[in-house]
Amino acid sequence: MTRDQNPELHGEHPVVEYSMNRREFLGFTGTGILLYFVIGELPVFAEERPAVRPQMILPADFNAFLRIGEDGRVGCYTGKIEMGQGIVTSLAQMLADELDTSFDTVQMVMGDTELCPWDLGTFGSMSTRFFGQALRSAGAEARLILLELASERLKTPVDSLMTNQGIIVDKKNKDRRVSYGELARGQRFERHLVGKAPLKKSGEFTVMGRPVVRRDAGEKVTGKAIYAGDVQIPGMVYAKILRPPAHDAKLVDVDPSEAERVNGLQIIRSTDFIAVLHKYPDVAELALSKIKAKFDSPPSRVDEKTIFNHLFKMAPEGTVLAKEGDLGRGAKMSSVVIEQTYLNDYVAHAPIEPHAAVVKIEGDRATVWASTQNPFGVKEEVAREIGIPPNNVRVMPVFVGGGFGGKTNNRQVVEAARCSKLCGKPVQVAWTRKEEFFYDTFRPAAMVTIKSGLTDKGRISFWDYHVYFAGERGALHFYTIPHHSTIVHSTGWQGTPGSHPIATGPWRAPGNNTNTFARESQIDIMAKKARVDPLEFRMQNLSDPKLLRVLSTAAEKFGWKRAKAPSGRGQGVACGLDAGTYVAVMAEIAVEQETGAVKVKRIVCVQDMGLAVNPEGAALQMEGAVTMGLGYALQERVRFMGGNISEHNFDTYYIPRFTWVPKIQTVIIDDKNSAPQGGGEPAIITTGAVIANAIYDAIGVRLNQLPMTPERIMEAMKKK
Amino acid sequence: MEEVIKFRLNGKSITLNVDSERKLLWVLRTDIGLTGTKYGCGEGYCGACTVLVNDEAVRSCHTSIKDVQGKTVLTIEGLAQNEKFHPLQKAFMEHDALQCGYCTPGMILQAYALLRKTALPSPEQIAENMEGNLCRCGAYNRIIEAVQTAAKELQGGFYHDEGPKPGITWRTSGR
Repeated sequence: MTRDQNPELHGEHPVVEYSMNRREFLGFTGTGILLYFVIGELPVFAEERPAVRPQMILPADFNAFLRIGEDGRVGCYTGKIEMGQGIVTSLAQMLADELDTSFDTVQMVMGDTELCPWDLGTFGSMSTRFFGQALRSAGAEARLILLELASERLKTPVDSLMTNQGIIVDKKNKDRRVSYGELARGQRFERHLVGKAPLKKSGEFTVMGRPVVRRDAGEKVTGKAIYAGDVQIPGMVYAKILRPPAHDAKLVDVDPSEAERVNGLQIIRSTDFIAVLHKYPDVAELALSKIKAKFDSPPSRVDEKTIFNHLFKMAPEGTVLAKEGDLGRGAKMSSVVIEQTYLNDYVAHAPIEPHAAVVKIEGDRATVWASTQNPFGVKEEVAREIGIPPNNVRVMPVFVGGGFGGKTNNRQVVEAARCSKLCGKPVQVAWTRKEEFFYDTFRPAAMVTIKSGLTDKGRISFWDYHVYFAGERGALHFYTIPHHSTIVHSTGWQGTPGSHPIATGPWRAPGNNTNTFARESQIDIMAKKARVDPLEFRMQNLSDPKLLRVLSTAAEKFGWKRAKAPSGRGQGVACGLDAGTYVAVMAEIAVEQETGAVKVKRIVCVQDMGLAVNPEGAALQMEGAVTMGLGYALQERVRFMGGNISEHNFDTYYIPRFTWVPKIQTVIIDDKNSAPQGGGEPAIITTGAVIANAIYDAIGVRLNQLPMTPERIMEAMKKK
Repeated sequence: MEEVIKFRLNGKSITLNVDSERKLLWVLRTDIGLTGTKYGCGEGYCGACTVLVNDEAVRSCHTSIKDVQGKTVLTIEGLAQNEKFHPLQKAFMEHDALQCGYCTPGMILQAYALLRKTALPSPEQIAENMEGNLCRCGAYNRIIEAVQTAAKELQGGFYHDEGPKPGITWRTSGR
């Protein structure tokens, strides 16, 4: 990834041919000990995307492998990518530990579609959760295989041998030893791992669970880290593409004559696709602004205010996610019934790095550098655009400047491929911030309706839950409720035909921010009706020991004192479950009465994520998630009129800044003997709810729509 | 209009024949090939393109190349000297004050300019000074800690760049 080749990400590989079938793939790594294994996503892929399968260049029986080289270095080849979540470090830790070799000898070779086996993409907090376990298991099994090989070499039974940091030693005679590298020398040993080796117990960890400096930190603080937009290759030109003012606009007339006068400019056109090319991106940008174009836009109907009525009208029949008991009986048991609707606006991903890509075509082959969360998806898309076999496309690894789900959309790569095909030169397409907003696949606007009841004993009697367009993630409640039903109207984030006027996609913990906001707000309303402290109400209506533990841990750390809301203190609590991880969060806020502005003063976030492989990294992810969550909670919303996106830059679309961020205390309940769970997303799901609940506690006003902007808070205060 | 532009870049003299209206960001990245300075928003709202011009933090996306004529420009590539990390770089690494790393060069240079003026800024001063630098991964609190750590180390007398040489006078003299 650096110009001088980052050994972490490139490793030392023999030169590779572009196109490979299985045999060639298995052949490329030369000598060494090669161990193939399967990570979690393979079966998912096989079942859900059979149509794509014939195009897969790799065998279906593995999707990751280890290579132990003659120098004792261990390469781990995976299609995952590093976009800030720290897996280049945490995955290497896991492998080094189980394999009993030093952390420094492990190289992660990631996201290079030629060197790495197929991978669905990097999202859903899956890397550590699924891949991590498989990798640990592979490391453990590899260690056993190395012991067997050493047993043959040293003519000593395996039982008499032990491993120690990359060396196998005879327990009785320490002079009799062989290193992993020596075992690999001149060898060509291949095996498919079966995944049965026992994993280390927590007490045996030497690398895992200990803080280490991020492996990518050195490059990132010196400017050496290469992102897609930093790739410059001989003959490359920068493309700027003519954009419509709205998504549904049609080009009716275009006059490029003024742009044509710009020195060194090339204009390419394929029907409505018009791009200018120049060796300098800023000159191309300026030239593009000289093109006079007329577009016809159909009249816009839906905007950010009317969207919710529109979506209710368009909502499909629901899918029952859970159902138990009888809602009617539940209602009869209730002394209080609460019915509420919760809304959230569209939200942008807004990574600081806008989408960028470089495509170089040579004959019927192409090389691609792209800011993407799914390099193997890019491979297929570029192949389709150029009209060459996917195997002829190589996607190179680069750092990704934040993804959050938004870089699963690879439009910019397809555009670069199209330009490169049309002009015959390598082309870079790097979106401007305005383009980034325009082509973002937003977190969907969504609604939740909840009707719930309370018994006179303060127990939740029934729960009738409908979520519209947010999707199912986080929709299931975890409280003890005898009669309940959870219905999802439109699963996933895509919506149904005619529903969303603008593009939608997965946004960090997709669906769960919406669902947790609604559920935890409703719980607080019920606590208030039951005249019970909101923490106590939760504890009374929960039985899951992990949830109870994260809540009580948070209360201790935060110094939660029982009080009925609104207490005026501005304190709130919320909890949730995402990607296998349990989260409890408490916040203290203040509301400025004159403006409605919310100042978050402190947040305590407790997470039970099973084994925390890299606790420092996990804490950083939690802090980051809480911080990012402040945006959707307080300010972030995309305004639009039909297909016309009103947000163009950070002057109207406010993301969290330095002064917004409170003191954040994170606690990880490190359950060392459990499997690691997701860490990149869970802590974001509770931010909306905890602040909504804290606002209510501060001023007795409940906000039912995200974001809770000062205007909305003022409006709610007036209605009070 | 093409003009001859001369300035000092990361301690070395540089002469360019360039359209003087072009922005420093793009000249650095494309003409000179220093890609550590990042494009984030193009309008000065995010700080990813921050560089130092005569030790002041400026948004290079908004600075015409003619405006650095005869001046001193420091980019992230020029901060580490003799293969040694600058205390700010070291502190960012030690505090895990980064995730995706895209905003990091701008953050470090913004902090550098702050520390030249204010030797030991409070967390509030750091936050206010760096308010225009955006980090989507949410490493803000770590960045504040890193800047404080670096500030302490710089108190020890470490100084850097080709400007007025060491000692601690620069800290008290302000600007």
